[in-house]
Amino acid sequence: MDIQGFQEKRPRCWSIPVAPAEQRAPVQFFGDEQLLATMDDKVREQIMNVARLPGLVGAAMTMPDAHWGYGFPIGGVAAFDPEQGGIISAGGVGFDISCGIRCLRTNLALFDISPLLTPLADELFRRIPAGVGEEGHLRLSVSELDEVLLGGARWAVDHGYGTQDDLEFVEENGRMSGAVPENVSLHAKQRQHGEMGTLGSGNHYLEVQVVEHIFDGEAAEAFGLVKGQVVVSIHCGSRGLGHQIGTDYLLSLARAAGRLGITLPDRELACAPILSDEGQRYLGAMNAGINCALANRQILAHLTRAAFRSIFPHAQLETLYDVSHNTCKAEHHDVDGRPRLLYVHRKGATRAFGPMHPSLPARYRHVGQPVIIGGTMGTGSYVLVGMEGNPAFSSASHGAGRSMSRHAALKQWSGRKLVDELAHEGILIRTRSMRGAAEEAPGAYKDVDVVARATEAAGLARRVAFLRPKACVKG
Amino acid sequence: MGSSEYFEHVADMGVVGRGTTLGEAYEGAAAAMFGLMADLSEVHPRETVRFSFTEPDVELALVVWLNRLLVEARTRGMVFRTFRLRRENDTWHGEASGERWREGLTRGTEVKGATLTALRVGQRDGTWEARCVVDM
Repeated sequence: MDIQGFQEKRPRCWSIPVAPAEQRAPVQFFGDEQLLATMDDKVREQIMNVARLPGLVGAAMTMPDAHWGYGFPIGGVAAFDPEQGGIISAGGVGFDISCGIRCLRTNLALFDISPLLTPLADELFRRIPAGVGEEGHLRLSVSELDEVLLGGARWAVDHGYGTQDDLEFVEENGRMSGAVPENVSLHAKQRQHGEMGTLGSGNHYLEVQVVEHIFDGEAAEAFGLVKGQVVVSIHCGSRGLGHQIGTDYLLSLARAAGRLGITLPDRELACAPILSDEGQRYLGAMNAGINCALANRQILAHLTRAAFRSIFPHAQLETLYDVSHNTCKAEHHDVDGRPRLLYVHRKGATRAFGPMHPSLPARYRHVGQPVIIGGTMGTGSYVLVGMEGNPAFSSASHGAGRSMSRHAALKQWSGRKLVDELAHEGILIRTRSMRGAAEEAPGAYKDVDVVARATEAAGLARRVAFLRPKACVKG
Repeated sequence: MGSSEYFEHVADMGVVGRGTTLGEAYEGAAAAMFGLMADLSEVHPRETVRFSFTEPDVELALVVWLNRLLVEARTRGMVFRTFRLRRENDTWHGEASGERWREGLTRGTEVKGATLTALRVGQRDGTWEARCVVDM
């Protein structure tokens, strides 16, 4: 991305001056010069389009891991005021509604699992349905699925998947309010029939990791993390149901834009006023999609525990946190000293509440919300903590962010060779798709260390711990 | 059935279908999309699924077609190899053949949905071309 003309108004926060003739709100790019310079020009184009949508409050923003998406860039954040004609956009949430990461801390250390890492990886791969075409063991009727869409992770706990203790450490305490299963199409529900408790494919994974470095002792203590400890991260979302909600509403909102009097700079930005019937219908469906994702990760956490205990009978796996990164949520934010109810779109961006936020679990309230930047299977991931005064509506990076297309990655790497090389480095990969492994090659992503550092330097979230992968089930 | 091709997108993938008719171009795009999920040369056309949909907007029809194929495939646990699409005014009649996922099929990456990004349908020198980005 050509950053000539960009102004660094505050550390690691860049803006483009608004020309008098331009009818748009400001845009802000978080990250260092290196990250911005290597971003696709489409990131700039897409976030400039977002800045033209009605009812935007403040600036349209991109996180340090941003890359070209559809409609909104991945790593895009935008807040809209319903009272000012603000909109809700299916393209601003993404197809994989509430895709996110569940992080589990264990009572195991690296030296406990090292001798049995191979059987552990095999057992996880056996129990966790992963990859295209794989189905879960749970088959739900449409009416049962409606209960999932209302209950989220709470439904899963009530049906024997995990414990009540998990729920305190899941956003929304495991259940998103405002879900309307009737707004979810039959096709969407049919797509989910065999997909509850599945990981999916692409960039989704289940990873066994070890805490290699602690940056912030106080927050690490609050999160229950110590050096050498084994943790597990599960990255996945709302599966076929969420994908179909995205598909259904992207098309219906695109068709309705003209009737609603909204001029779209890009059809992929299909949206409706939050307070319109169309906007409310999508909101109800999207909230149902969020609950589907929360339930899915809850079930996968349960399957993970079972796999661990079959190898390590005394293993304890507690939920550290479950945070989504493809959502639009109603939140109160102070804008120019005035509290306002805003609908914050985070597409490939994670929520990052600072200390003392009322929605945080009591255990973490004094330090802030756990934020997880999921890296690559060959490099590592970060646990961070939300900071006071976050300038992006309490948002932060969600991953390393792709820097190379899947097509280019396939040309550069062989999946088989990559898996063998990682095994040589002590990282066991289990996958049904060597093509998928090549597409997800660590070299196809930005440097996660650079992203995490920029996230901290920009005041979005502070690094707490670095996690090194040891075994990874790839979708 | 038309021909298939891909174009670059950082996070996802662009699919292109070409043919002498609009239907052939859409069939080619479908083959490109399913070719991301499996090695189609290994897929046998054992079962055929038929469906219709109404869409007056020709460009949106490509997205509806591709997404409908994903629904039909996922709800049956299938992967499709061959495709047929015929237009009758605003109604489109589709057909796809393939088989259920089984051990031995070379798997790729799941496609979540066809998007409106880089969506373009047009004709040049007698060849129809249909393209869009699919979310992976």
